[in-house]
Amino acid sequence: MPVDLSTAAGVTLALAPELVLTAWCLVVMLAIAWRHQDEADQRAAGWLSLAGIGITAIPVIWLWVSEARAVGIAGAMALDSFRYLSALVFLAGAAFTVLLSLGYLGRERIRVPEYYLLILLAVLGMLFMGGGADLIVIFLGLELMSVPVYVLAGVNRRSVVGAEAALKYFLLGAFASGFLLYGIALVYGATGTTNLALIGAQASGFALDSNPMALIGMALLLVGFGFKVAAVPFHMWTPDVYDGAPTPITGFMAAAVKAAGFAALVRVLLQAFGGAPAWHEAVWWLAMVTMVAGNLMALAQRQLKRLLAYSSIAHAGYLLAAVTSGNEAGAAAFLFYAVAYTLMTVGGFAVVAAAGRDGERDVLVEDLNGLASRRPWVAAGMTVFLLSLLGFPGTAGFIGKWYILSAAVDAGQYLLAVVLVLASVISAGYYLPPIMAMYMRPEPSPEAHQGTVISGAPRFVVALAAAALLVLGFWPNVVLEAAREGGAGLRSAVTYTLAP
Amino acid sequence: MAAFLAGIGYHRWVLDALLVLPLLGAALVMLRPEAEAKRLALWVTLGEFVISAGLWWTFEPTAVMQFTVVRAWIPAWGIAYRLGVDGISLFLVLLTTLTMPLAVLGSWNYITQRERPYYALMLVLTTGMLGVFVALDLFVFYVFWEIMLVPMYFIIGVWGGPQRLYAAIKFFLYTFLGSLLMFVAILAIYLLVGRATGEYSFAYEHFLRNIAVVKPWAFWLFGAFALAFAIKVPMFPFHTWLPDAHVEAPTAGSVILAGILLKMGTYGFLRFAVPFFPDVAWHPAVQAAVVTLAVIGIIYGALVAMVQPDFKKLIAYSSVSHLGFVMLGIWALTLQSVQGAIIIMLNHGISTGALFFLAGMLYERRHSRDIAAFGGLAKVTPALAAVLTVVSLSSIGLPGTNGFVGEFLVLVGSFQPYPWATVIATTGVIFAAAYLLWAIQRILFQKLDKKENEGLADLSRRELLVLGPMLACIFWVGLYPAPFLRRIEPAARALIAQVQASAGTGTAAVQGASNAR
Repeated sequence: MPVDLSTAAGVTLALAPELVLTAWCLVVMLAIAWRHQDEADQRAAGWLSLAGIGITAIPVIWLWVSEARAVGIAGAMALDSFRYLSALVFLAGAAFTVLLSLGYLGRERIRVPEYYLLILLAVLGMLFMGGGADLIVIFLGLELMSVPVYVLAGVNRRSVVGAEAALKYFLLGAFASGFLLYGIALVYGATGTTNLALIGAQASGFALDSNPMALIGMALLLVGFGFKVAAVPFHMWTPDVYDGAPTPITGFMAAAVKAAGFAALVRVLLQAFGGAPAWHEAVWWLAMVTMVAGNLMALAQRQLKRLLAYSSIAHAGYLLAAVTSGNEAGAAAFLFYAVAYTLMTVGGFAVVAAAGRDGERDVLVEDLNGLASRRPWVAAGMTVFLLSLLGFPGTAGFIGKWYILSAAVDAGQYLLAVVLVLASVISAGYYLPPIMAMYMRPEPSPEAHQGTVISGAPRFVVALAAAALLVLGFWPNVVLEAAREGGAGLRSAVTYTLAP
Repeated sequence: MAAFLAGIGYHRWVLDALLVLPLLGAALVMLRPEAEAKRLALWVTLGEFVISAGLWWTFEPTAVMQFTVVRAWIPAWGIAYRLGVDGISLFLVLLTTLTMPLAVLGSWNYITQRERPYYALMLVLTTGMLGVFVALDLFVFYVFWEIMLVPMYFIIGVWGGPQRLYAAIKFFLYTFLGSLLMFVAILAIYLLVGRATGEYSFAYEHFLRNIAVVKPWAFWLFGAFALAFAIKVPMFPFHTWLPDAHVEAPTAGSVILAGILLKMGTYGFLRFAVPFFPDVAWHPAVQAAVVTLAVIGIIYGALVAMVQPDFKKLIAYSSVSHLGFVMLGIWALTLQSVQGAIIIMLNHGISTGALFFLAGMLYERRHSRDIAAFGGLAKVTPALAAVLTVVSLSSIGLPGTNGFVGEFLVLVGSFQPYPWATVIATTGVIFAAAYLLWAIQRILFQKLDKKENEGLADLSRRELLVLGPMLACIFWVGLYPAPFLRRIEPAARALIAQVQASAGTGTAAVQGASNAR
């Protein structure tokens, strides 16, 4: 279905998911203003938001199925499968977060009905990040996503670490936005446009690689995105923020927010700078350092939330390795990995949230001791998540890692592939101890895990995520095909190989 | 028999059945009450054995893959569920299906807590191990290779001895490190072959046919495969995980580790590393390194075994020694030595498996693995003493037992290409006699000087049932190995021919092999 972006109807059509979600945000806002007295109202707002997420998925899927393609002028929104698949990943991540929050907020006595609205607004920002075909749109999306997440990180006003997390995240995030904006300005100065396709069309003509203004602009863009996706050395904020934020929000940040940052990064690098090989080497180094440092730092963690935070840095490294390959296979590998990564991260944090009941206390690896004998299903679920994070065969994490490796090897990045697998071996050093604690160590006392109950919506999330990871580990064909199509959506991608 | 099996379409469904049945069994074990777990597991593993026994009659002694199955799995990447059996894998499959019911029976009284997950994991492990031996698609092979790690990790870590956590994670990490590098190598071959031929496929045959295109990278690719397999074998100096894992694992775990899991390393060399990269494998430097390490393994394993105060550890180190012979036999690449190597793989599964069972039985009686804790058991437990003696002699390689056949073939076959290495390796047989005879002397004979040992029970009927089939195999292979050799021969010949055809440079070993033919 051709969509003419020079007409109002075409733009409306292209923006259908975002418009629906915006309208729904207004509905939720009104609903909260109308009823916000007690716990039940808050839960109602949660269910209402969940419905909004579901409804937003409909136009996304409809655009995808009807194969909407942009014609006419180069627009500010992309109409390709990359956008649709990434949008579905963000929506799924948000839906999981809402489901996890339903019980969590009541348990932690957090009474902020706007919580769910903020999640919706953040998702709206993500949709713009994944679908924006113009640097300005991407930047607006980024801000629209970031500001609600700053608030969400500190939504538990009684928690000191929560306040610290929010402040840290806000200050560093604002810094990163500054870098990004300055980078956009410089790129605009060098090319005269902020449209990705137009920059891409000129990239070779302008000799982007030898144009210092464009080069610096590109570097600043990388720094800005590096902050958002928590790549080493721009990761300093991650552990404290992830640790201090409410656990479902930590899962949301680690999964959806990071995926959105990556989606924008992939699109900008491949569509705008596909013809400028200068970034390959920079991203190559970022990927290397992030994988190795993230895994090594995770090894030293005893606290589960921080462990998962550092592990999410390591996974950012794996995703950067997919980006480094700089081809459609890399983009497709990113999409598949984003699906798997969202499932395993959200699932992992769901279990951490359950184990940390009765006041958001620090859950240490030792606190899981003997969990398997008391709560076998929770332990089994956590094992699936950890093995998938490790990239073990039979789980979606394996297929995702395999895809990234094959993209890297295909692009001639042998060293990167070898470092990736060695980093995975290191990661076994911290993914296995929680499994050992759950299964191989005795319970400290019969009451130790009485409180670790996953019921209702979170149970559904854990079960669904674990089942989906296993199913995707054995029958990945459908999602693989979708990811391949999504990667191919970034048509203007140019294949480059780089001698490290 | 063969006609009957052909009548029921045996060759079409046997491998599927062997892989699926244990998984169904595992699910059933988890669903049924705890008390039925071991009985169910025993029936399932016995069923496996009965199903697999048909392979013995229906297997045609030719070099082609038999009982093949091909089913699309992930068509986008050319991954298919491809299975098949040839003379190299036939006996490993049979060894697995024979060992598993015995392992279940051997765990009968040893495992007293969390029985359901234990037996379910044993069954999952069965599928994993059989999958490794029958997979003819490198992706499928890799998946099985890794998946089998998880049940073993839990079996060691949950039901093992006092140091089990350390042993379990060490076992996992060592194997994982090697296999991930192999994973990159598989991927690289897949892409290089795919790019050269236009057909992207993980099929073993496809790799083998077009392996020439990866020549520039052959050294590194071989290195990645060889590291993964050398850790698993284990070859000196990658063996340090083995004593820990074998000693800490519960009895059945040790039996499976020694009997089957170690064979995956040597199987990997025979099936993948050597046929894929013959010119690297027979590059003089690589050859010298492998043969030297194999001989060091033989001698070192034997010497370290000699000084072990712990009986289980002694057996564990003896494995390092035995597997050294297998490596020597593979690298000698003569018909006798390759056949001998495969026979030793089988033998080691039987003899060392039986030794671990006996060590477990001693442990169940005395709750000690120290050799010094025993002494004079021959008077109190004559049957156990007799079996232990026979099994030890077979492990030493006494003529008339299985151990002799394998080691003799390897030594005879290796003498021509590597005279010095073979001479040194032969002393390993003497050391084996020394450490095992000395150990059984201290356990069975000498004075019955400890009070605790006086009332020990002799072998129960269940224990006899465990050991009986192993004793039968010891003598069968020892006295009449011809049916085994006949089934192995075509595959061994094909392997040698394949290597000779690709190794154009004609090294001494390859010439030696052609002389032997």
